[in-house]
Amino acid sequence: MTPLLAVDVAWGWIVAIKTLVVLSIIPAGALILGYVFLLKMMSHMQSRLGPMDPGGFHGWFQLIGDGIKFIQKEDIIPEQADRRVFMAAPVVVLISTFLLYIVVPAGPRLVVSDLQMGVFYALAVSSLSVIGILMAGWGSANKYALLGALRAAAQLIAYELPLVLAVVGVVIQAGSMSLQDIVHFQQDGSLFGWSGIGFPLIFTQILGFLIFLIAAQAELTQTPFDMPVAESELVAGYMVEYTGFRFLFFFMGEFGTAFAFAGIAATLFLGGWSIPHVHGTMADVLGPIVLFVKIMLVSFLIFWVRFTYPRFREDQLQALAWKYLIPLSLLNILATGIFKVVL
Amino acid sequence: MAKRELPGKGLIKGLGVTFRTMTKPAVTVQYPHEREDPPARARGVIALKEENCTVCMLCARQCPDWCIYIEGHKEKRPPRRPGGRDRTVSVLDRFDIDYALCMYCGICVEVCPFDALFWSPEYEYSEPRIGDLLHDKAKLGEWMLTVSPPEPLEVGAEVKGKK
Amino acid sequence: MTVDFRTEALMQKHLADARINVELETEGMVLNLGPQHPATHGTLRVVVKLDGERVVSADPVIGYMHRGYEKLTEFRTYPQITTLINRIDWLSSFANEVPFIHAAEALMGVEAPPRAEYIRTILTELSRIATFVLFLGEMALQVGAITPAFYGFRDREHVLNLIEAATGGRFHPNFNRIGGLKIDLPSGWIDDCRRVMKKIFDSVDEFEELVVGNEIFEVRTRGVGVIPPGVGAGYGVSGSNLRASGVDWDLRRDGQPYLVYRDLDWKVWTHPDGDSFARYWVRMQETRESARMVVQMLDGLPAGPVMAKVPRIIKVPEGEVWINTENPLGEMGYYLFSKGATGPFRCKIRSASFSNVSILPWLLKGVYVPDIITILASLYFILGDIDR
Repeated sequence: MTPLLAVDVAWGWIVAIKTLVVLSIIPAGALILGYVFLLKMMSHMQSRLGPMDPGGFHGWFQLIGDGIKFIQKEDIIPEQADRRVFMAAPVVVLISTFLLYIVVPAGPRLVVSDLQMGVFYALAVSSLSVIGILMAGWGSANKYALLGALRAAAQLIAYELPLVLAVVGVVIQAGSMSLQDIVHFQQDGSLFGWSGIGFPLIFTQILGFLIFLIAAQAELTQTPFDMPVAESELVAGYMVEYTGFRFLFFFMGEFGTAFAFAGIAATLFLGGWSIPHVHGTMADVLGPIVLFVKIMLVSFLIFWVRFTYPRFREDQLQALAWKYLIPLSLLNILATGIFKVVL
Repeated sequence: MAKRELPGKGLIKGLGVTFRTMTKPAVTVQYPHEREDPPARARGVIALKEENCTVCMLCARQCPDWCIYIEGHKEKRPPRRPGGRDRTVSVLDRFDIDYALCMYCGICVEVCPFDALFWSPEYEYSEPRIGDLLHDKAKLGEWMLTVSPPEPLEVGAEVKGKK
Repeated sequence: MTVDFRTEALMQKHLADARINVELETEGMVLNLGPQHPATHGTLRVVVKLDGERVVSADPVIGYMHRGYEKLTEFRTYPQITTLINRIDWLSSFANEVPFIHAAEALMGVEAPPRAEYIRTILTELSRIATFVLFLGEMALQVGAITPAFYGFRDREHVLNLIEAATGGRFHPNFNRIGGLKIDLPSGWIDDCRRVMKKIFDSVDEFEELVVGNEIFEVRTRGVGVIPPGVGAGYGVSGSNLRASGVDWDLRRDGQPYLVYRDLDWKVWTHPDGDSFARYWVRMQETRESARMVVQMLDGLPAGPVMAKVPRIIKVPEGEVWINTENPLGEMGYYLFSKGATGPFRCKIRSASFSNVSILPWLLKGVYVPDIITILASLYFILGDIDR
């Protein structure tokens, strides 16, 4: 019998509730991110209004309507396609998104499973989507899809390294790989003796934060790293043969992963669910709200960059990862290590 | 051509431009609920003043698309003064403009020697069936209500009498 | 030869692997940037042979939008042709009418009054601004940034509203007549025009900050698609494309005198590099220069009639004449052959984009696939202009 919010609940119920929460967060998060940033923020950055009519009030129903439209479309599988691989590919991409939510904490007790190596697990599991993309490209029986998938895989693998290395500085400073411990470290810390806002690691790990955001942008194949998907030359990349609900899986996977990466960045660098000096049940109630606000801030940065910059060419993209981001992140680790020992 | 500046400065300035645009109001005019009026000279639809038309067929001949269909007949009228000759008058039977073909070039309006055709800025006359885009004499007469009066010309223009 | 099932399975697996390797062979792969494509401005088809990521040979296929203009002109009268040729380059449509009308006026010996020439020049420069502002936005779109395209359309609206207030049509003004213009400007137009020119200056500054200063844009366009000046001139490339290779040639200043460019104080912009960035930069500067020219002309607009004395039914006397002008896309020319009828006997149209596109097989050799899009965008052709 584990106490959950002062109510004694059986173990089975807890697993069921946690599963339900994770399953519903992905579509909800994807919808919110998609509506606020993709439909409304992008529109205002382009001097226009975005959807206004669906649902009456500023078009809030637009994405839900799009989802319903996708569900009722015909399910087309190319004849030469490898059926099992084709059908499994979007599922694999979505599974890697779901697995990411297991370690992100929303409160001192609101986490699905606080693993001891949370950070390591999160980054490892996010790279499973590469397999899904390769499966999609291969199973489509389309030369252009395969080439697009190979390009995407090369990009994603290249940017895994900066993603991981950027986070090592945080782990060194916090002294633990568990996400709850990192949040507690930021909550209870103090800046030059003043503990008003705790010690969000963004102040010392600013380089790590920037590299994490750039690498996350590339992991999500968003502009300026969207050569695999914004194919004005090679048709539409690895998703070209997907229609209807399967395409919706890819879309949800992309925005769900964006939500999750923003959540991880908020947890590692901005303090997650924590407000200093707020503990106990109050933190359980306010935690998700605070985390949501921080996720929105980080997502704002991600999408702001997406709508402003042109895209890199494939070789320039790889050069950026290997020649600039990895040495910079190694430098960051070196500096953090030295300061941790010296100070 | 670029000066050697801090790397990334151009990227930050670009972000500033999109941020500033986001904070300014959008330029969208939400069409069915709000409308913008086109200027008075806008070539929206052609209106027919039937009493001026003498069935000279100039507009139908000069139209590049041949989208004006005119039919008329001659009628005898009694002489104006007693003891004079009988007059023949052309009567307009059919004057159709097919807006599915019309290029909105305005040659017919210019060429008409009797000022029977006018431009009107009205543009909301789309139809679900393409056959309904053939506007007949009555409908063209209705458009006369939307014709704007001739507007004043710019400073320096030569104002001549009507030819 | 019979083998047992295990060896058979192994053989089949090897055969399958071999088939896959042949499938993945990318040498000599033919990529069809088909007639329907988001990156080509209309129905241009480029058949590209690839080796991995590099282009081995490129072959543009045009004609999907051929409308038979030169044949149409044989059976139309001069006012009707003026209406039709608006639609050759539809983004800067006023500029298409001007050389044709000048050709007819040259054969007739009629000169338009000075006010008409000034207004013609103002409207030509306005259409140049309209099409270049759109170019600044949509080349950035082809390179990957989605936002500048919207800014391009938004800022172009101001100029289109001006053209509509004066001529009645946003895209197809149909305002020139042989001997002058159809009617004078409406009242208040000059002040509106001044206000819009201020907005254009701000808008070009915004593009400079958002696109030209952007390091990613520079890295994508510098050194891509370099046209050496001799090669460019040899293929007949004209307009801003040639000026971006360093050739100081502008028909408004160097060709047969037409409109009022000789009376204005303006300069020709060139760039020594000849790559895609240079073409973008030159067009950006030319937009500013056009706005400055318009302000000068508004200040110096003479009063008077806008139509010379011409007969009602226009019959151009017999003769041949060639008039070429500096259109926004390049050099456009009309060879008018008249036999004294109400319409020309033959009118040959030399359009700028036709020659600009002819350099593509030479230019696209050895570039990467994403660079094809950048080069196509930077050459700025309009399909109506290529195919007529």
